[in-house]
Amino acid sequence: MRIPATFIAALSLFALTAGGAAAQEKSLLVQSTTSTANSGLYDYLLPIFEKKTGIKVNIVAVGTGQAIKNASNCDGDVLLVHARPAEEKFVAEGFGIERRDVMYNDFIIVGPAGDPAGVSGMKDVEAALAKIAAANAPFVSRGDDSGTDKKEKALWKAADVDVKSASGSWYRESGSGMGATLNTAVGMGAYTLSDRATWLSFANKGDFDIVVEGDDDLFNQYGVIRVDPAHCPSVKQAEGAAFMDWLLSPEGQAAIAGFTVGGKQLFFPNARP
Amino acid sequence: MSDFEQAFALALRLLFSFDPALIEIVALSLKVSLSALFLAGLIGLPFGAAVAVTRFPGRGGVIILLNAMMGLPPVVIGLLVYMLLSRAGPLGVLGLLYTPAAMIIAQTILIAPIIAALTWQVVESLEGEYSELFRSMRVPFHRRVPTLLFDARFSLMTVMLAGFGRAVAEVGAVMIVGGNIDHLTRVMTTAIALETAKGDLAQALALGFVLVLIAITVNGAVIVIRQAARRRAYA
Amino acid sequence: MRSHEAAVLPIEARGLRYKAGGRALIGPLDLTISQGGITALMGPNGAGKSLLLRLLHGLIRPTAGTISFSGRAAGDGAPRQALVFQKPVLLRRSVAANISFARSLAGGGEHVDDILAEAGLTAQARQPARLLSGGEQQRLALARAMALRPQLLFLDEPTASLDPPATLLMEDMIAGIAQRGIKIVLVTHDVGQARRLADDIAFMHQGRIVEHGPAGTLIEAAETKEAQAFFAHRLVL
Ligand SMILES: Nc1ncnc2c1ncn2[C@@H]1O[C@H](COP(=O)(O)OP(=O)(O)OP(=O)(O)O)[C@@H](O)[C@H]1O
Ligand SMILES: [Mg+2]
Repeated sequence: MRIPATFIAALSLFALTAGGAAAQEKSLLVQSTTSTANSGLYDYLLPIFEKKTGIKVNIVAVGTGQAIKNASNCDGDVLLVHARPAEEKFVAEGFGIERRDVMYNDFIIVGPAGDPAGVSGMKDVEAALAKIAAANAPFVSRGDDSGTDKKEKALWKAADVDVKSASGSWYRESGSGMGATLNTAVGMGAYTLSDRATWLSFANKGDFDIVVEGDDDLFNQYGVIRVDPAHCPSVKQAEGAAFMDWLLSPEGQAAIAGFTVGGKQLFFPNARP
Repeated sequence: MSDFEQAFALALRLLFSFDPALIEIVALSLKVSLSALFLAGLIGLPFGAAVAVTRFPGRGGVIILLNAMMGLPPVVIGLLVYMLLSRAGPLGVLGLLYTPAAMIIAQTILIAPIIAALTWQVVESLEGEYSELFRSMRVPFHRRVPTLLFDARFSLMTVMLAGFGRAVAEVGAVMIVGGNIDHLTRVMTTAIALETAKGDLAQALALGFVLVLIAITVNGAVIVIRQAARRRAYA
Repeated sequence: MRSHEAAVLPIEARGLRYKAGGRALIGPLDLTISQGGITALMGPNGAGKSLLLRLLHGLIRPTAGTISFSGRAAGDGAPRQALVFQKPVLLRRSVAANISFARSLAGGGEHVDDILAEAGLTAQARQPARLLSGGEQQRLALARAMALRPQLLFLDEPTASLDPPATLLMEDMIAGIAQRGIKIVLVTHDVGQARRLADDIAFMHQGRIVEHGPAGTLIEAAETKEAQAFFAHRLVL
């Protein structure tokens, strides 16, 4: 009798305090692609920015497609993704103020040590993809409308391979994030396209290695966009601007260049002043 | 060392080093899921009991609906709450998306039907035992539901545990409405999902072990409380 | 002394019938109880005694016929009444909590401790009700019924499973209740008990009242052969 009463009292306390923890300090919300989060870039950058400005940056890391969708629902103040055409569309439709290049790295194709399609060391990514298709070697696609997924689909198109009809056979769409897709690829010994940052910081590599890299077509540009307050009145304008300006400033750009994993730089700043 | 052994060792190390990051997400997990449990209990217990003691047209439909909702995937509820709480949604002005409050709302919606459906079953069987007595004692309707809930309290503790288990273990809903934001909305399950995405399977599994440990502790605590109270109050 | 009689008496059943599962279980039955005190309802197993109590208490609806108390139809103008089942159903709570539940329904009345003392259950007050012995459970069920402050009390074989001392204790309680002016209708198979407690006896057979009269008359000189047969084989004198 007495015990349930205290139990209930304790629970009510939880319920009362639960809402209060949220944002009381200055903060902003970034809708971001996963690679920047999973590689640890934000864990490195944000403390520097927060220390300088006192603004807390909250990151929601989802695929580029979903990040853009969330931002166009006004559920974010800044968008940081990597799918230029979709980004430009976002701005053109009036959701974002302006799109700025912030940094780049590149995509790579990773595959098992056995290299069943024999593509290891190839420079021409379209030719490599065509070879994988010809060998019916398993390939795992993100299949989640993310920046990487959009890029991969474009590459297949350029390689003139119809992956749609192969879906379910050698071409397998995981419908999930980069990390989960890499886990799947490693699990089934399949090739996959990844951004270099996620791959380098990925811990479950198994016997996998980079098989194709260095093609200009594998260039991976990250863009940053402020959500337009004209479209979304709830947007935190000042904080969003402060964060974006800092990212593009010489100081922010230097910080991006300073982030390494295992001695390797993952992102290369290229904001135009 | 295999991933499994490594995970186990890591789990122990995480636990016994009282890693502040771990404590933070464990605390938030408990806070969110216990709050959701409290709210879902507030809704589900009386609702389930009321369905058990009343006869009204469409009652069968309500029961079928409750049972069906028990099987709703958390992601669906996450999406639903996202669409409600999104700035573009009807409740967007509240600014609750990506806060613990949003996670509590989603988990409440997730487990309230479970608690209601299980409460209905427990109370219905007790009502079978009590109904003649109630009629004989002319117990008015508004007294029946609280009486049944009170007298079924030990069975209902198990019902609440089932609700808690589902809430604390789900990832789909809190991921979408919480956003897995570090130091703000990251809980055990979303942290596990994140470590898995990073390919750090040992770390993910270690967190999984910690989650299991929490579940065991909570269940154990409730069973001990229940037995102690039961010994005193009822046979 | 006979303070509640005006609200209760006469108890009248007219043309009462009850059917279940295609069988006519009660009736046609006519009964008039116009006397206070204790009326014993007797008859062989399956005669319909428990069913009749349920009908009188309003737990089941008659298929046909009417029941009235003090000239008012049962339902709207019924007196405050309570029933103790043949097999008592106790709440899954402590002994004291069982009483206080009934007390709260009645909106007050005697203190819980006093009620428990009268039932000889003071020592068991904090115990789970369901851990009580059979006799204690019967006493608790009766005490709980009394906490409802009834004007009319139905008792269905309250001593059926009790040993002789417990039976006497229970009979003392019942007699005490009757002395407070509460009308009691008591189902019993115990002829000795009927002799000790009852003012009048209504004898049931196959769903009907076949004979109704003063207790002494029925036990010693019943007119119907059903009642004669029943009392001729009495076990207790
Ligand atoms: N709901 C019901 N449906 C069908 N038959 C019933 C129902 N309730 C009681 N009966 C039958 O009605 C008859 C009378 O039952 P009742 O319980 O009134 O007997 P009783 O006189 O109290 O007997 P006992 O002395 O054994 O307690 C029995 O034959 C019983 O089987
Ligand atoms: Mg009977």
